[in-house]
Formats: sequence, C-alpha cells, structure tokens
Amino acid sequence: MYKLGIDVGGTNTDAVLINERLEVVADIKHPTTPDVYDGILCAIREVLAASGVERKEIAQAMLGTTQCTNAIVERKDLAKVALVRIGAPATTGIPPMVDWPEDIQAVVEDYVILRGGSEFDGKDISPLDTEAAKDFFTRMRGRVQSVAISCVFSYIRNDHEVQIAQLCKEIMGDDVHVSVSSEIGSMGLIERENATIMNAALYKVAERFTEGFAKSLADEGITNAEIYLAQNDGTLMTMEYARKYPIRTIACGPTNSIRGASYLSKQKNAVVIDVGGTTTDLGVIQNEFPRESSVAATIGGIRTNFRMPDIISIGLGGGSIVRRQPDGRVTVGPDSVGYKITSEALVFGGSTVTATDVAVKLGLADIGDSSLVADLDQQLAEAALARIKEMVEDCIDSLKISNADVDVILVGGGSIVLPKELAGTSHIYNPPHFGCANAIGSAISKVSGNYEQLIDYNQIPREQALEQAKADAIQLAIAAGAIAETVEIIEVEDVPLAYCVGNTSRVRIKAAGDLA
Amino acid sequence: MRKIGLQEVENIALGASLLGAGGGGDPYYGKLMAIGAIKDCGPVTLVSPEEVPDDAIILPIAMMGAPTVLCEKGTAGQEYKVIYDMVSQYLGKSVYAVMPMEAGGVNSMLPIAAAARLGLPMVDCDGMGRAFPELQMVTFTIGGVKATPMALTDEKGNSVIFNTITNKWTEELARAVTMSCGGSVTVGLYIMDGATMKKYGVKDIVTRSEMLGKAIRDVKMQSDITITPEDAFLAASEGYRLFKGKISDVLRETNGAFNLGHIMLDGIGDYRGQKAEVTFQNENIAATVNGEIKATAPDLICVVDAETFVPVTTEALKYGKRVMVVGLKCYEMWRTKEGLALVGPRYFGVDTDYIPLEERVKGGNCSV
Repeated sequence: MYKLGIDVGGTNTDAVLINERLEVVADIKHPTTPDVYDGILCAIREVLAASGVERKEIAQAMLGTTQCTNAIVERKDLAKVALVRIGAPATTGIPPMVDWPEDIQAVVEDYVILRGGSEFDGKDISPLDTEAAKDFFTRMRGRVQSVAISCVFSYIRNDHEVQIAQLCKEIMGDDVHVSVSSEIGSMGLIERENATIMNAALYKVAERFTEGFAKSLADEGITNAEIYLAQNDGTLMTMEYARKYPIRTIACGPTNSIRGASYLSKQKNAVVIDVGGTTTDLGVIQNEFPRESSVAATIGGIRTNFRMPDIISIGLGGGSIVRRQPDGRVTVGPDSVGYKITSEALVFGGSTVTATDVAVKLGLADIGDSSLVADLDQQLAEAALARIKEMVEDCIDSLKISNADVDVILVGGGSIVLPKELAGTSHIYNPPHFGCANAIGSAISKVSGNYEQLIDYNQIPREQALEQAKADAIQLAIAAGAIAETVEIIEVEDVPLAYCVGNTSRVRIKAAGDLA
Repeated sequence: MRKIGLQEVENIALGASLLGAGGGGDPYYGKLMAIGAIKDCGPVTLVSPEEVPDDAIILPIAMMGAPTVLCEKGTAGQEYKVIYDMVSQYLGKSVYAVMPMEAGGVNSMLPIAAAARLGLPMVDCDGMGRAFPELQMVTFTIGGVKATPMALTDEKGNSVIFNTITNKWTEELARAVTMSCGGSVTVGLYIMDGATMKKYGVKDIVTRSEMLGKAIRDVKMQSDITITPEDAFLAASEGYRLFKGKISDVLRETNGAFNLGHIMLDGIGDYRGQKAEVTFQNENIAATVNGEIKATAPDLICVVDAETFVPVTTEALKYGKRVMVVGLKCYEMWRTKEGLALVGPRYFGVDTDYIPLEERVKGGNCSV
C-alpha cells in the first residue's frame, strides 16, 4: 500500500509516493496550472510513471492546497453568508465586520444579534431568543446557502450555538452549510466570529477542491484511496471535515514543509530552513510539529484567532542578486532573477551575478557551466558567502529559545547556496528528496484533536483537571480518525488569567495520532 | 479643538498599547467599540485642556474587570448614556466633556466610544500618562480628588453609584460588583471640574499617543536610509533602548487579581551574550540588564517587537519572541514624593529607590 502526497504551490505542484515503511518511492515537480486540476492530474501521472506503482495500491491520498487563502485574498468564489451572533445585550457596541475592508463586507448578506449567550462562569447573559432566530432564518431561507453562528463565551458553553444551529437546519433545510464558532476559533468573540464567517464563505471553494481532487484521482484510476486534506497545524482531516472546516487549510504550505523536513531528516526538534529561488523561510519543528506564532493571524485584511506557524521569511534564494555597493560592502538580495535563473545567472551563460554563481565558484555546488564563473572575483564571492552566512545565522539565532546550539535541516532547491557550517548549530542535515519536503509533509501527517477551556483550579484540582483535559483531547483526535493506541499529547498550554474569580487558567491541549 | 476619525483612532490605539507598558489590556476591542461608535455617530471632537472652562464638569470613562471578558462580551453601547444620566442627576449639573482616565491600553478607547455616542467632546488629558493596575493610581489622587461618586453599569443595564470613604474601598467594592455583573463593566469616576483637570491631569496625552502610534506605523514606510528604523522609532518616541533580546523564559505566578511574572531575555545583535529580566505585575515594573536595574516604575518599560516595534502585552509573551525593551519617561508628577508613594518601585515590591530612567541609563545613581 502507498500514500500519495500532493502540494499545490504558487509555482509548482509537487507529488510524492510513500510506501508502508514511510519511505519515499518517487517525487516529482510539475508547474502549477491556472486550472489546478490539470497540474494535479499531470503530477499524479508523472509520479506514477516514475515509480511504477499500481494505481490500486494507493490507499491514502493527501492534498495540501492554498486555494482557501487565495479565495479570501482575491475575494473570489466566496459564498453569501447569513450571520447570527448570540449575546445581546452584550456585544451590540461592536457591530459585526466593523473593521473589515469594504470590498469583502458584502459576503455577509444580513445579520442579527440575538439575546442569549453566557457569562465567563457559565451563567446566562439572558435567555436565548429563539423567536427572533426563527424570524431571521425564515427571511434568509432561499437567499443564502451558508450560515455562520457566533456566541459569547461559546468555548465555555456551546449549547446556545448548537440549539440555534439545529433551528437553522429545521427552517432553512438540511443541505444548508452551518458554521458554529465554538468549532472554528478560540477566545475573543470578534476574531472567532470573523473566522466563522470566512469558514462559511469558503464552503463552495471547499466543495470544489475536494470534489476536484477526488475526481482527478478517479480519472487516473486511483479508486481505493482514502482522501485527506492538510491543515495548518501539521495534521490531516477527511474530505468531510474539510468541507465543514475549509478555513483550517489556510497556511498549510509552510507547515507541511517543516513537517516534511523533520520526517526526512528523522529529527523531532530543529530549525528548518527552506531556501527557494527568491526567499528563504525559517521555522521551528518542536516535537515533530511546527512552533506556532503568538500573534493574531490577519487573512486578507481580516483579523482571526486562527493559529499560524511561526515563520521568518528573508529575501535570500538561489537567484538572489549579488552586488558590491559603492561603500565596498557586498550585498545578497533581496531581489532575485527568480525563474529566469536558467538564462540570467553566469553559470547558465547570463550576465547577472547570483547566489548560485557564488556557490559554484566556491565549489559548494556543481550547476550549469562552472567555467563561466572562472573570472568571477574570488574576493567578491567570499564576501557574498560571508553575507549569506550572517543573514541565515541571525535568523537561526532569532528562532532559538536558548543559547544552546540547535540542529538545522536544510530543504528547498536553493539550499545549495548556504555554507557548510553555520554558527550556533550542532548539526546540519541535508536530507534526500529535499525539493519536495511539503508534499512529503502532507503525506506523512497525523490527525489531531484540540481541547480549549477556562478551568478554575479552586473548583477542580489542577492535576485532575489537566488529566481530564488530556483525556478529552485524545477522544477528539480519535473522533477525527486517529488510531487510539498511537494518540499522543503534543502540546499543553496553561496560562493563568488576571482578574478572573478564583484561580482560573486558560488550558489548551492538542493530541495527535496516526491514521487508520 | 480637532476631530478624531477612524484613522486617528487606529494610531491612538497603537500608541496606547505602547503606553500600556505591557498591561492595560490589548486596545483592539476598545478600538472596535470606538470604530463602531464613530461609524454610527460620526467623528469625536478632541478639545485641549486649555479650552475647557474651569467650572465645567469632566467625566472620565473607563472599563473595569478582565480584558479577557471584554474580548467576549464587548459592550452594549448604551452604557455611556446610563452613566451620563446617573452622574448628571446625582450632581444636578450636566457633564461638559468626557476624558480618558488611563491613556495606556484598552481604556484609551472607551472614552472615544463614549464621546461619539453621547455627542460630547473628549479632553486631551488623562490621569496616568500610561497604564496602572489599581484605581487610586492616578495623578488626581495626589491632588486630593476622590474616585467617588463613581457610576458603574454593566451591558445588561444594572447600575450603581458608589460613595466610599477611601479609594481603596472603592476598588474593593467595585471589584465585587464587577464580578457579580459578569467580569467587565463600564465606569465613570474621578468626576472633577475643569480647573482640577488642568492642574493635575497629564495634558495632551491623547495627541502623544496618536503620535507614538503613527511613529510605529511610519517605520514600515520609512525611506530615509541615513537612519535605521530602530533609531527612527527611538527618536520619535523619545525612548531609551534598554535591551534587545529573545525571550528565553516567561515565569508566571498568580496572586489574587494580578498577572505576575518575570520575562527572561537573552541578548541578540549588539547585546549578544548579555542577559536581561523584566518583572511585571500586569504592567512591566522593573528592567534589569546583566544584574543592574536599568528602569523601574513609574517610568514606562515597554517590550516591543524587535523588527516592527509593535508593543507586546504581557498576555502575548512567548518563548523565542524577539523583542526590544524600551524605556519612556513617566509624567513629572509621578517623580515627586507623593507620586512615588502611589506608584514607586517599592509599592510594587521592588526594593530599590526610584532613580529616573535617564540617570539609570547613564549608569548614574542620582535618586530623587
């Protein structure tokens, strides 16, 4: 049995095949096409041809895609949404979408703020106003196919949200897409509501890419495969989940690349450096998962409480232009010859000095015609390499959590331009198949469950509360498709809250396990 | 007199998060309330203290309670009217203008929402020039102004007027009511006349906050290559660079209502190999570099992102984050004996004399 991993990026669609022992059997790159399915189809064909694997033997197919991000950023193919916020008289001082860019506000056809919701201790703010909800859904019937529901403190008590969601289906029909905020975002009503609206607006995009992917596979004769989509926390979800929670696919690219690098080098904790043609992304793998960023994620000008991987990007890549400045300093990038490297770099007969030419001149790489860099100033090349080293070392240091040396994993086609030694590192790994780390990352991913609650340790002792929370997170992972015996707790966050009664902490736990 | 519209609100909110000195709550939800109010009712008139008649009644507006609760419940929007009516009726005089009590953090924004919804001007003045954790920590306490009569209301419409014998009692009673009301309420307190406001208030603080916010925003668009973005930021904010490092650990403890802890930093760039520690009690109260104290409250100790200079609140501290520690001079009145008794380092449990930031940075020890 084999796993097929696909990653649709801006430039390339990568495909890999992995066997039962999780070894890479074949990896290929194909240019991404305007209609992404053509690119996916070609990539699948090529990777099958390269491996000689039988179509029937593919048991799982994983897709990582940027289409949800693109739909929001480009304001394309978004569905009309009806929004129900529960919490009045609280929250009415902040109308929905009050700080959204104007060009995307129109996704919300209409909204209502209902009486209901709960206080931080679980008491009702006011009884739930189901009559007003019925009026609203009756008005919206036939006008929208997607409904977003948010509610004050729904991560503490979600029954009002759930009740309104049921009412919505009863009135508007079972086929209406309903997004409920307690399942989408975390603390902070507005960010959670924003994420819920976006999730609701993406349902058509998700339907199209899940069906499109399933169809590409079927057209290629891959009929025995379970289909999964990559999420931005480094775990997988089923097609059904992806249609329910399309927003979870956002930013899965860098995540997969970090996970793939970790897998290929067999390192669980390291700094991952992904060098492309123009930019380098640096991230951290912690216990096999990417470290998350602490800042609120803004997608297409909208603030959400979606968690994103902690990534630093710098303008350094294989095509970066090398220059001697008037004051004598040598600079590398941030501009690059990009995809024109095969005609503009010296080693390919061009006239621009690039980072790749420096690497060839100094014997770090063997690309193109090395005789074409014979006249390149040795001093300039050495100064450029020193500059590259400094740029990367600064970023590594910024990502470290202590002064201790860290392991580093190099991936991406441009990684040949880096020096063999970097300060502050204990070991540098250059894994095989480094060019397709993201497709590999999606193919080897696990499935997860996330738990988040406010807990008062005066009510329940801390030890006991955390044990229960971990058990709940594990159950969530199993519900998402993980094999029970393989589920592990991968993250525990316990932050005490100021001003709250008693001894209240915000507890967040993530569990993940292997796919069945 | 000038108008405060949506763009000004953006800048004031960013500046207010710097003046929060690590605490005061993320101004984001306050900003949404201010934007909502301005979109509903139009821009706010900002008046300078000198434009206010001596006998005019000024009503400072703030929220009390947990910022995390505010980030769920927001406000109903009608709270300001409830407070205005209660106060006017109680005093038998009408309120002339509102003003912020705390220019740092989320409380910078609520008076803007109040001014817009009430159709009143807002005075360019506050009682802290930054954020502080306790109700009596305002310059008006030095001037003998009492916090009460204090009006309190929740989003459901419950309301109370407090009359207490000391500001400590106000704090105690108001906190109990705040909890019963669901953890976050709107208050009007330290109601005073124009003359008192002019004598003790931190003047032009809203304008300074707006300028600070604009300075942070402009760093991104800076085209002058003769000055680094960092130096441009420090020049605009009149800040002292205390340290640049990466957070190596955050030690947290809870003690009643407060968020206490220490941020441990390992130097980066010019500070490589050095260590620093920032102690916080909601707000940052002391910064120590290589074992030597470089700044204490009431001077402002701000932790900002090392590249964007966007302030980092204590709630958002995380291992590995790269930050710069910046000191800003506090309002002069805080450096007096009376001021230091209220908000000096010893009040926060830091056993040291107060030495002004600019002296400590020079390595001097000229105590006040």
